Amino acid sequence: MKPIKSVCVVGAGAIGSLFAGHLGSQVSARVLVRRQEHEDRLNREGLKVSGKSDLQTPIQASMDPEQLGDVELIIIATKATAVEVAAQRLSGYFPDATVMTVQNGLGCEDVVAQYGDWPIISAITFMSGVRHSDVHVEYELDTETWLGPWAGRGASKEMTQQVAELIKRSGLKAKAFDDVRPAQWSKLVFNSVVNSIGAATNLPHIKDFAKREKAADLGQLVFDMMDEGKRVAAAQGIELYEDPWEMNVKAVSHGQTGDDDYAHVFSMLDDVRSKRLTEVDWLTGAIVREANKLGIPAPIHEALYGLIKGIEHSWQQEDEGRRT
Amino acid sequence: MKVCVVGCGAIGSLFAAHLAKLEDVEVWAFDVDQDHIDAINANGLRLSGESDVHSYPKATSNPSDIPACEFGIVATKSLHTRAAIESTASVFKDAAVCTVQNGVGNEEIIAEYVPRVIRGTTFPAGHVVEPGHVEQDTGGKTWLGPFEPKPATMAEIELLAERLTESGIETLAMEDSRGAQWTKLIFNAATNPIGALTGLPHGVACDQPAVRKVISGLVAEGVAVADAMGITLDSDPDKLVDHAREVAYHHKASMLQDALARRPTEVAALNGGIVKFGEQTGVPTPLNQAIWALIEGLEHSWTRDD
Repeated sequence: MKPIKSVCVVGAGAIGSLFAGHLGSQVSARVLVRRQEHEDRLNREGLKVSGKSDLQTPIQASMDPEQLGDVELIIIATKATAVEVAAQRLSGYFPDATVMTVQNGLGCEDVVAQYGDWPIISAITFMSGVRHSDVHVEYELDTETWLGPWAGRGASKEMTQQVAELIKRSGLKAKAFDDVRPAQWSKLVFNSVVNSIGAATNLPHIKDFAKREKAADLGQLVFDMMDEGKRVAAAQGIELYEDPWEMNVKAVSHGQTGDDDYAHVFSMLDDVRSKRLTEVDWLTGAIVREANKLGIPAPIHEALYGLIKGIEHSWQQEDEGRRT
Repeated sequence: MKVCVVGCGAIGSLFAAHLAKLEDVEVWAFDVDQDHIDAINANGLRLSGESDVHSYPKATSNPSDIPACEFGIVATKSLHTRAAIESTASVFKDAAVCTVQNGVGNEEIIAEYVPRVIRGTTFPAGHVVEPGHVEQDTGGKTWLGPFEPKPATMAEIELLAERLTESGIETLAMEDSRGAQWTKLIFNAATNPIGALTGLPHGVACDQPAVRKVISGLVAEGVAVADAMGITLDSDPDKLVDHAREVAYHHKASMLQDALARRPTEVAALNGGIVKFGEQTGVPTPLNQAIWALIEGLEHSWTRDD
């Protein structure tokens, strides 16, 4: 197994920038970008990491994958909605690389596998950051990234272990699993439920998400929907790493201040508020697809999936309305 | 004959304006909207659109102005049923009171305050253009029948139906009007909240397969509850959904209009009603319960700053 000497990050949002900014302290860090200005600034100024880390990392950036040479590790850190375009751009390049995907939800590995023969590592991350500019990211939540060989065309355990060690040496937190699906599915069930309900109701993660006294209480819906998701996971033979309902209760009870005014705004809610396409196909939609494959019912997921698709469609309506 | 219309918004105005055309019917319109009341008293009540009516009901926001009536017609939003009937109960000491409101559960509340109750369902819809002026958007029939736990007599129901029909509101008196009520309930519960949650007009929502599937799922639960209650529906609500797509493609459901204006919705009398009667009959209604919780969540979001 070749040692990792260079890494290429695709998708330099908050998560991608955190990886590039940290890993560049150990190996050569490269970033595949889409804008000339982004390329120029990263090459000139490098990447500054503030917050939980204090780093100034040189970066080699380009809009052309050919200019980035060979790397041993590619990290695709785009949103799930942009993975296909990212994988297309990588197609035909980096023949010796392993690809690690760190999206929310399920199914991004399958998309990547269609565009190249790279061995794949499935990763999920719990860290968070704020991208202040093209060249400055703030490291906020210093929680772990979990990785394991993809259940499809997976990278070797040794390679996965090496990537985890590299991430840790660079100052981030990581943990390698032989099978990351129990963790991936815990997060999938949790996110599919709270994200879609938050987006449909325009509510961030407030205490009501865990309140279940009456039939129409939001927490009852969260509970029932998570139960559905848990049944889909169980039917796959996956034993969840963490109970999604307990994750939900924990998330609403020990916020920074315990105050609903500081409730977490889900990424899907943020997307809906900005009228950006959401990741619903990789979250709630992924559970619907898996349930259909297994022939088990998931009516509440189907309902929330339909509602979010309807919300996305309504923006198109507005555009048409403006044109006519 | 004296009739008091309780709640004189769009629907209440349709009933009050039509009935007031009849010379031998004294119509009182009760509402809390003083501008609307003042406009009616100054210039009469005008209907345009599907109807062309200009008549002169007596309007007031003070229940003590209203004499004892033989009939009441309650047309408030279902949220306000209790407050409205509580404040006007003295008018109906010996009256048959009819609800023409959306949803289920209004009859039960009205029956706590008056001697005899009529279960009514009406299809016409409209909107208030300005004080004293309502536009009728759609026509359709009205069905009346006894509310069994505290029924009006069939003679009373037939009399009211006759006078309404004579005034231009086609009304049928029935021994059992639950079929009409539940048909409309199931249709409304399956379509209204979908509009409110997605922002989509009815026809556009129907054309999205993932959304249409939710509508059908909600309909199926409502039909199962109606079956368990021994109610024979007037027509298949799922076909009504398709029919409405043909005739009202761009219609924004009333609950969507409520959501856009951040007004409390009637979800508790619609999806909440199906859930409650489902519990009573042992029929599971997980989708209606989910939608009920989502709409209440959406209403809660309006109280927040973010």
